[in-house]
Amino acid sequence: MTQLRTPVNSNDHIFGNENAPLELVKYGDYECPYCGRAYPIVKDIIQQLGDNLKFVFRNFPLSNVHPHAVSAAVATEAAALQGKFWEMHDIIFENQKTLEVEHLFLFAHKIGLDLERFKNDIQDQALTDKVEKDFYGGLRSGVNKTPTFFINGEKYEGDWSGTHLLEYLQNVLTKVSA
Amino acid sequence: MLPTGTPAPDFELHSTPDQLLKLSELRNKKVILAFYPADWSPVCDDQMTLYNEMGKYFAKHNAQLIGISVDSKWCHLAFSEDHKFHFPLLADFEPKGEVAKLYGVFNEKTGECQRALYVIDEEGIIRWSYLSPVGINPGADGILNALEELDNVKSTN
Repeated sequence: MTQLRTPVNSNDHIFGNENAPLELVKYGDYECPYCGRAYPIVKDIIQQLGDNLKFVFRNFPLSNVHPHAVSAAVATEAAALQGKFWEMHDIIFENQKTLEVEHLFLFAHKIGLDLERFKNDIQDQALTDKVEKDFYGGLRSGVNKTPTFFINGEKYEGDWSGTHLLEYLQNVLTKVSA
Repeated sequence: MLPTGTPAPDFELHSTPDQLLKLSELRNKKVILAFYPADWSPVCDDQMTLYNEMGKYFAKHNAQLIGISVDSKWCHLAFSEDHKFHFPLLADFEPKGEVAKLYGVFNEKTGECQRALYVIDEEGIIRWSYLSPVGINPGADGILNALEELDNVKSTN
């Protein structure tokens, strides 16, 4: 079983209960259509599992096939500096076919970011480095396509479509809380 | 598959419709040979797309990646252009699968290469290999481990 080599830590974007019995890590690419399909599925899972789930998103941009993936990832990191990572993450996945720079600024405006600050922050090399660090950590954990999920540190090899992932998580929950 | 510690057999195949690539031309570089079943198929697509992102990580180890399948040079050209690959795809097309056979990774039943990886060092010696189940994308971690190990061994000598 492939393990998550970089444990969830304070550099991660964490949604939900930090002490939840279930930890779901998604390695994703903002321009990848499969990640786009997984987005509402994960939203639903977050809602269904509530306090039992901690969700983490990590970047895995495949930049040659998805030329906007890195800049979109950097935009979410810049939004995080203003405390709005998840707002940016969501609006990008909801509009993943339009990810030119002007769209990223439009999203920044829509979610209420300070645009001057956003403009400066997206040029900060440290944010690009963070995205790359996510990518490399994913490589070393055996991420081989997007999206790739890890559940409580173990790579999920099953089908994530429909309710498969939710049902799997519910099973794990029953086991860990038994 | 060929055992580690043995010389990698030399070969020459088309890398583009008008260019040939010979393995021995790449001495002084590590070479990652990635045999895969077929251009355009879903798992190969994911695997090569992943490797295409790894140029700079491979370069750090002085390593060059090469993909090999039995598809023709024209098929490779289209696949490569479509996916914007930055590494060569070699056509083991005529005689079909000759190089794959030489490396013990030809599937006689399907007439395709198996999904197999070899890491070859600067002197042309096989240092690591891996045969993946055909439906599973082996990712890149195994290759990176092998490259790191090779560089560590060298730096401690």
